[in-house]
Amino acid sequence: MPIESECRPSAGHPLTLKKGACYHSAAMPEASRIVATDCGSTTTKAILIEKRDGSYRLAGRGEAPTTVEAPFDDVTAGVLNAVGELEDLTDQQFIADRRVRTPIANDVGADLYLSTSSAGGGLQMLVTGVVKTMTAESAQRAALGAGAIVIDVISVDDGRADHERVARIRSIRPDMILMSGGTEGGTVQHLLDTSEILLAAAPRPRLGRDFRLPVIYAGNSEAREQIGTILGDSVDIIFEENLRPQLDRENLGPAREAIHRLFLEHVMAQAPGYDKLLTWTNAPIMSTPRAVGEMVQLAARTEEVDVLAVDIGGATTDIFSVFGERFNRTVSANLGMSYSIGNVLAEASAASIRRWIPIDIDEDELRNRLRNKMIRPTTIPQTVEDLLIEQAVAREALRLALIHHAALASGLKGVQQARTMADLFTQVSGGETLVDMMALGLIIGSGGILSHAPRRQQAALMLLDAFEPQGITRLAVDSIFMMPQLGVLAHELPDAAMEVFKRDCLIALGTAIVPIGRSKEGAVILEWRIGEESGELRAGELQRIPIATGETCQAELIPARRFDVGQGKGQRWTGEVVGGAAGVILDGRGRPLELPHDDVERIRKLREWIEAAGAMPGGPQ
Amino acid sequence: MGVAYTPGLRVTPSAAIRRERRLPTDGNVLVDRGQKVHAETLIAQAEMPGNLHAIRAAQILHIDPQELQSCILKQPGDAVEAGEIIAETKGLWGLFKSALRAPLTGTLEDISGVSGHIRIREKPRQVKVLAHIAGTVAEIIEGEGAFIETQGALVQGIFGVGGERRGRLRILASGPDAPLHADAVEDCEGCVIVGGATVDDRAVEAAVRAGAVGLVVGAVRDEVLRHYLGYDIGVAITGQEDVPMTLILTEGFGELAMATRTWQLLSKLEGQLASIDGATQIRAGVIRPEVVVTGDSEETPISVGEPEQTLEPGSRVRIIRAPHFGALGRVTRLPVQLAEIETESSVRIAVVKLDDGDEVPVPRANLEIIQE
Repeated sequence: MPIESECRPSAGHPLTLKKGACYHSAAMPEASRIVATDCGSTTTKAILIEKRDGSYRLAGRGEAPTTVEAPFDDVTAGVLNAVGELEDLTDQQFIADRRVRTPIANDVGADLYLSTSSAGGGLQMLVTGVVKTMTAESAQRAALGAGAIVIDVISVDDGRADHERVARIRSIRPDMILMSGGTEGGTVQHLLDTSEILLAAAPRPRLGRDFRLPVIYAGNSEAREQIGTILGDSVDIIFEENLRPQLDRENLGPAREAIHRLFLEHVMAQAPGYDKLLTWTNAPIMSTPRAVGEMVQLAARTEEVDVLAVDIGGATTDIFSVFGERFNRTVSANLGMSYSIGNVLAEASAASIRRWIPIDIDEDELRNRLRNKMIRPTTIPQTVEDLLIEQAVAREALRLALIHHAALASGLKGVQQARTMADLFTQVSGGETLVDMMALGLIIGSGGILSHAPRRQQAALMLLDAFEPQGITRLAVDSIFMMPQLGVLAHELPDAAMEVFKRDCLIALGTAIVPIGRSKEGAVILEWRIGEESGELRAGELQRIPIATGETCQAELIPARRFDVGQGKGQRWTGEVVGGAAGVILDGRGRPLELPHDDVERIRKLREWIEAAGAMPGGPQ
Repeated sequence: MGVAYTPGLRVTPSAAIRRERRLPTDGNVLVDRGQKVHAETLIAQAEMPGNLHAIRAAQILHIDPQELQSCILKQPGDAVEAGEIIAETKGLWGLFKSALRAPLTGTLEDISGVSGHIRIREKPRQVKVLAHIAGTVAEIIEGEGAFIETQGALVQGIFGVGGERRGRLRILASGPDAPLHADAVEDCEGCVIVGGATVDDRAVEAAVRAGAVGLVVGAVRDEVLRHYLGYDIGVAITGQEDVPMTLILTEGFGELAMATRTWQLLSKLEGQLASIDGATQIRAGVIRPEVVVTGDSEETPISVGEPEQTLEPGSRVRIIRAPHFGALGRVTRLPVQLAEIETESSVRIAVVKLDDGDEVPVPRANLEIIQE
């Protein structure tokens, strides 16, 4: 089938729109000036979204230090400072009577004011279950999906003695506990055991000395009465539907809703200044990770693609995914680029980090440099060498975070499956990961190392090397990390949120095309035609076709007989590919990506790939 | 005039120091407000409850949980000995009885008719908090501890491992830029050794063998730290390591000369009793390791609050990242505009005149202010 041979602009959107999608719903309430804040642990970020000429666009951004801790002890002071900066930058007024005013009066204020929060360490939860890989894992999924940080998982088979569990619970002081376990009609005794461990630990909430710790019980309903008898006098117990009523069915929605409700009613209400902030916002305050999750899900639904989004920070790395309409989130609490850089070294090993560095550096020197970053985490790379080292660390942190994610984002474990004779040879045990890199359509990266990489091509290459997508995958970065604010807006005005997300939030890096198969280095594995250009891709090679942001091109891809770009081995693919700051990257390096063992050869290959991608500082773009 | 926040570390011969000495649990405070204390004075002590063990009594006795109460031979609060029978079923006509023996010595905490469990608590452990620094009790924290105030020299390090220890300072390196060699380590039982630029595995082993309680040095290679601990440090929250000697780095990792000012102050204090603590926390509520030497300094104490936070032309600074890592200099300009650096990033910079006369642009984030 002939394909169009020219590239064309795609209406200024960094992502192509699904055919027929409409982002100007008639049912949308009239809100032409929206202020949204995200109260983070260190910084409160405010954005202004305005409706101009019928479209919603980002109109400004301000930030200020978060003021939830002493000496301020009032989150609203930071909010007013951040919105104040927004006022200065946009020459508009949103604050009146020391609050963000809604609705607008005398041209002062906003039509809608919304906020998210992860200040004070976010929502910290302890989860319990009976079996680690079954109900405890389901409980973990429920808590993470609700935006919590899971600080520990207690289960009957976690390998600890009761007194160790008690000591651990005492030391962690969670904001909330989620208890699960027992399918309907299943075990009761193990749940009573866990209740008594909680009773002995007498856990105290992190915030608010005088309020009782909320405990959500979402396990076997038969145990409710006895659990209430044991724990009723010491904690605030809330009974919810069983989150794993049957081995082959999860029911996470009610537990997640309860977590969100209690987050607002108990945890937020205890945090300094939130009682005041809750009266300013036009919708409930959402935890920051939950809001990001909402945005990722909206993007996946609207674009009809599987999405993987990552936020790599100084201390933690969050991954959100939607595969086949199933949403998952994980937090790798000790993988990050500054405070946690020592942990990346400990978990990945110096050798694994070193393999990504295209310069000759010994492990001893590498270790010292990473440790010096650990003890002075706010420093930034000034030399190319230091930049390449930090980007190597990012590859390993992202790779490990994806491994954590793939383990939790899985089908239900422990489910009996009907097995055929063929299964006897494949040892299928259930619980396979949902993460399918060939099905994945879009990767979104955020966090300083990705969003502020000196060259966008460097961000694209880090995502490619760490996540190893397969087939055809679009790559993007979140420009200023406004996914939280857009996530909370998505609940009120989904079309507005999606419009700003696509136009102002995401910076398109481009499209990766990765044929999958095995071949000798140098063999032709793909014939391609993209726009007016055409060529061949050889095994072990990386090519970049510069297609600008906002442009899409017709493409025809013909993989070699044993290679697949998503249609099956040797099957031709035609369609549109989307440009971006890094253009279209043809990656023939194979999966899994293996680097030469010989140092000289490894450095030569790395430099070749980095230069082909236009990602070498000082080199050609 | 441009300013920036750049925290530095304290190195001062005379500081007003206030330290909280607090039990991890409620207990008894043994000092009074205004009392003079030595470093070894016991400030507070408490009994930490022993570990709690749950015994599945009903299951072991093959009875329903509700029946457990009638089988129990002990009451909550009673002491039990390991091996002692603590519950027994009535059996059939006095025969076929089942008995439950206490698996450990402790106190019977409670009996649950819901779960059928008996819980026994191990004997309590004593926890003590010493003054750690000599001074005066300034404030009592009722039932928990006290605040001690004193005047003395304070040296903050950048990173440490190991907890609180006390010993006399002993200078064993020949200068701030000289490494400490194993063969120089002698006669330092109970001492805090001050090395120079760096130590290797052999010098660390020699210090431990010689009975030193602490080692303060400019830098170590990460490999040396890994060998000393036996593992790689993950998150930079330290102080609880099970090591025979507290190790404090004043500059960082690799081979870095100890700052001259730090070296000179520690040299001046040689022979005096130092209270050291390797506890470090890089994130949220930063804690740095420290060396405190209390004494009768004639210098006026400086109140130790937040370090100087303003970077201005004329500020004395140290560069804390390559390519000039460790170099000292003075800020000459703070350009308002962003400047492109070698990595192609555009950042806020300071122009620094190094002590060797060169003038170099440095990202402001890579500067540490030196207190003068």
